[in-house]
Amino acid sequence: MTFWEKLEKLDRRIIYAIITLAVVLPFFFRMGLPISVSPEVKAVYDYIDNLSPNDVVFISGDYDPQVDAELTPMFEAIVRHCFEKNVKLVVANVYNPQGVGLVEPRLKKLAQEYKKVYGVDYVFLGWKYGASLLIMKMGQDFKSAWEVDYYNTRLEDLPLTSRIRNYDDIALVVDLTGSGAYISWIYYAYVQYKQKIAAGITAVMAADSYPYLQAGQLIGLLGGLRGAAEYEQLIHHPGLASVGMEAQSWAHVAIILFIIMGNLGYFMTRRKK
Amino acid sequence: MHITTDPWVWVAFFFTLSVYTFLWKDNFLYKIAEHVTVGVGMGFAIALWWQQTVIGQFWIPLKTDFAHNFHLIVPAIMGLMMVTRVIPRFAWMSRYALAFTIGAGAGLGLPRVIQASILQQLSATLLPINFTAHGLGYNLIIFIGVLSGLIYFFFSKEHKGVIGGIANIGIWFLMVGFGATFGYTVMARLSLFIGRVLFILKDVLGMQLS
Repeated sequence: MTFWEKLEKLDRRIIYAIITLAVVLPFFFRMGLPISVSPEVKAVYDYIDNLSPNDVVFISGDYDPQVDAELTPMFEAIVRHCFEKNVKLVVANVYNPQGVGLVEPRLKKLAQEYKKVYGVDYVFLGWKYGASLLIMKMGQDFKSAWEVDYYNTRLEDLPLTSRIRNYDDIALVVDLTGSGAYISWIYYAYVQYKQKIAAGITAVMAADSYPYLQAGQLIGLLGGLRGAAEYEQLIHHPGLASVGMEAQSWAHVAIILFIIMGNLGYFMTRRKK
Repeated sequence: MHITTDPWVWVAFFFTLSVYTFLWKDNFLYKIAEHVTVGVGMGFAIALWWQQTVIGQFWIPLKTDFAHNFHLIVPAIMGLMMVTRVIPRFAWMSRYALAFTIGAGAGLGLPRVIQASILQQLSATLLPINFTAHGLGYNLIIFIGVLSGLIYFFFSKEHKGVIGGIANIGIWFLMVGFGATFGYTVMARLSLFIGRVLFILKDVLGMQLS
């Protein structure tokens, strides 16, 4: 049996072990690989960076624990940026009730870190049934759409939400999602109300979202862990996404090598036959 | 390094390892993790839906101010009609509720979908062609890609001659698209694995990583 034939019959578990090593070892032996920033991530950063302190950013954490690793670093980076710029934040989980438990504790923790006051600097709305209907109603009357926040306080009684009438008072909607929820935001908030929308999505969906970016329906895009790492670089606060990117790069190198070896093996054994 | 004493972190650690045992082969631990994930997710969603929607948006408004909220009975009845599907004798009732939902959904959605996914996408394809340092003829590439891709999916004429040639260009564009999607998919799956590794190193073993 030749080397290439042996390679073709390689136990897949050896491949898993090599990938695991490629992911784990960079956490112990860091090489400090650079993270370049793509224009679509920079566009989101620039948009938020140019907002004034009284502007409102609405973040919808439409994701569940399965994609927490990719989207929570994005959430934390954008919240940090808004808090640093004193931009007001309204956070909700329009499409995914499971996002409540992921978003709320992190928002609270970051608010404490930046000494932000609930109701004045930020508000958490949680989840409410309705999804696309809720998005449409927010364009007509924000307060009657949500009525109360996550803690059952009426929105009229909170200084921040009491001044939000509709999308005219929201500078940007950021949808963080592991599903097609960002497309619904385009359908119901952008098409009807011309609301500015940015999307933070899992890498698996990133390729499909570029037509919406190209058409100007999204102002910017954060794709997967890399998008989060790029945003962390822009706010000069490297977090877990930046730490994870080195592991990602080495794992990609390993996979590229496997693909090259697999193809070489295929052609070599076919030539022999 | 400070190993955690939080029992819930250890529960998460157990399920993380249980899921990854599938890489060796399908087994009992993986099955447990799989079923617990589905069960907990569904249970959480149902509890939240019950509390916030049925109690919060129906029962409490009706109880506190019936005169102003009696209209809520209509969607509640339609919701109950949906459930009649489980009783064959009354299953026909669910069709009315479904008809309303589908009709309203299509009516609200269709104009926006056509606007966002067809008309605006179409106008984003027909852009001025420029070869400036910023553009580099991207708009021309987009135009050729869309046109050749559409011709590839045009089956009313045999793919021969000029049509066949353009369809072949369409295949190349599609392959690039599939390649990009596959690359992103690999990146996504690795990101999730990195997330779990970070959880073990940071939350379970208490290592400082940032």
